[in-house]
Amino acid sequence: MINLPLLPILIPLLTGVLLMFFTKQLWMQRIVSFLSTLLTIGVSLYLVFQVKAQGILTVTLGSWPAPFGITLVSDMLSALLVLTTSLLVFFVIWYSMTYLSEQHQRFYYYIAVQFLLVGVNGAFTTGDIFNMFVFFEVFLISSYVLIVLGGKPAQLRESLKYLLVNVISSALFVMTVAFLYGIIGTLNMADISQKIAEINQPGILSVIAILFLVVFGLKGAIFPLYFWLPGSYQVPPTPVLALFGALLTKVGVYGILRTYSLFFSNEVGIIHSLLGGLALATIIIGVIGALATKDAKQILIYNIIVAVGVILYGVSVMTRQSLEGAVFYLLHDMLIKAALFLLVGIMIGIAGSSRLKSMGGMIKDYPLLGWTYFIAALSLAGIPPFSGFIGKLLIVRGGIEAGDLVGPFIVLASSLLVLYSVMQIFIRGFWGTPKTYTGSRRHLVKQLIAPTILLVTITVAYGVGAEAVRPFITQAVDPLVDPSIYIQAVLKGG
Amino acid sequence: MEIIMAIAAGILTMCAVYLILSKSILRIIIGTGLLSHAAHLIVITMGGLKTGAAPVLEEGVTKYTDPLPQALVLTAIVISFGVTAFFLVLAYRAYQELGTDNIEEMKGTDTND
Repeated sequence: MINLPLLPILIPLLTGVLLMFFTKQLWMQRIVSFLSTLLTIGVSLYLVFQVKAQGILTVTLGSWPAPFGITLVSDMLSALLVLTTSLLVFFVIWYSMTYLSEQHQRFYYYIAVQFLLVGVNGAFTTGDIFNMFVFFEVFLISSYVLIVLGGKPAQLRESLKYLLVNVISSALFVMTVAFLYGIIGTLNMADISQKIAEINQPGILSVIAILFLVVFGLKGAIFPLYFWLPGSYQVPPTPVLALFGALLTKVGVYGILRTYSLFFSNEVGIIHSLLGGLALATIIIGVIGALATKDAKQILIYNIIVAVGVILYGVSVMTRQSLEGAVFYLLHDMLIKAALFLLVGIMIGIAGSSRLKSMGGMIKDYPLLGWTYFIAALSLAGIPPFSGFIGKLLIVRGGIEAGDLVGPFIVLASSLLVLYSVMQIFIRGFWGTPKTYTGSRRHLVKQLIAPTILLVTITVAYGVGAEAVRPFITQAVDPLVDPSIYIQAVLKGG
Repeated sequence: MEIIMAIAAGILTMCAVYLILSKSILRIIIGTGLLSHAAHLIVITMGGLKTGAAPVLEEGVTKYTDPLPQALVLTAIVISFGVTAFFLVLAYRAYQELGTDNIEEMKGTDTND
């Protein structure tokens, strides 16, 4: 099927439109969005295997030849990310059905989630830099709706700040695209890559590379630009937070990965060492935050920042091994962060508060929840049989291979401290003497635990079955190491 | 001509940054408006301001201005319009709920939802 890369964008888009006609019938909203997300997963799984079999798939919209029309490109990296995104959205929808109050779900909740899926899948699939900006806006506007839905004073306060930061970064994105267009004169990413290699004019291109770093860094929360994240992510309800933590920052990371491997791969020098330095600073800041706070949600929020730093360090080294590690870790981190947020959401539902001091002794009443959390925590830290291990191993080995010793050391030390921070939730929440729980969602634990266990099972399978996943990752890294594969796949029809 | 446009966009950005760093929400929103104006001017300018006919196909015209930046700017305008409308309503609602439009006073005591 020639239009296959379009389907993961079109299905949620049509679902979102369809759901607008049935805003009063909640059961209809639930069933339709549940089934359509299942269909999206099926399609993206098929897409992954098609890309595996046939190489990079491209769709030129309106049959305009490649540099002139908009091209959608599904290489293995974007196909894998689309699959992971669809999986996560599915689990979050399943979880929200019981977790969120009916009042909350009634006000266009599922529609906003579907449009978020449209935006994220589109941003992963597009092959046009301005189109990427538009898809960024699609998921950002959905995220504005989701973060403020409910309208509590804290949500209003923090979403004002979230909105302001993103408006500024969007304006910067437009300016950066304008500068790039002024120099290169094209918007198609493959064409830009080809022409940048031809003109070979490092000065102004380094400026544009740093502007892209600022733009995507604001979305992805890297070191000096992470300041908005801890406050904004504290306020939305947990399923929404799981979506944000797993997807939104990772789109920024994908933006950096794509632009730095495709556009600016020729001048490995100042900009890549800048990226590396900022990535290491991001890890350190994230770890400090995760250790300093005594709030279960905040610990995980700071762990998002740590993971962004680890992935970007892998990107900055730019060897084959480190890029493989970065892609491996990116997929792992999306899955495990969502799982951890959903698990902590259940704990908050039981205890009625996200502060660690209001929890305790939960293992007595909820052993299944406790041990699932334990596995997820080990997996986040990268203990060998689980999924975090291989990614970090490859990143560290890639770093050492490139002659850097400080970076790998910081990555390894961060694992230890990340383990300490998430184990604090385990120790303070599950061990000790049971406290009186005041949460209103205690009775729902039996229904909520099913999606989280399934999600943790998937991450465990991802770690244990790394041998089976490896060929896909290798294929995903090919166009990152050698942009000419990407360029040829896109411009062949032209 | 491009230099004048660049200076104009620079002044707009300067005013936008000054307004965004102020305390009142409304001033901040005016600042974001100016910032998107600056961005749109930059898009138009970077496409080149060479003289030519409006990009509409006509008999006997051989030279047109670049139509692509105009399409880009049109897209960016409606997006920033939508976001600004949302921002204004959000500011109004926040003013009703929190009773202040001073961003410095928007500090939480309730850290948990």
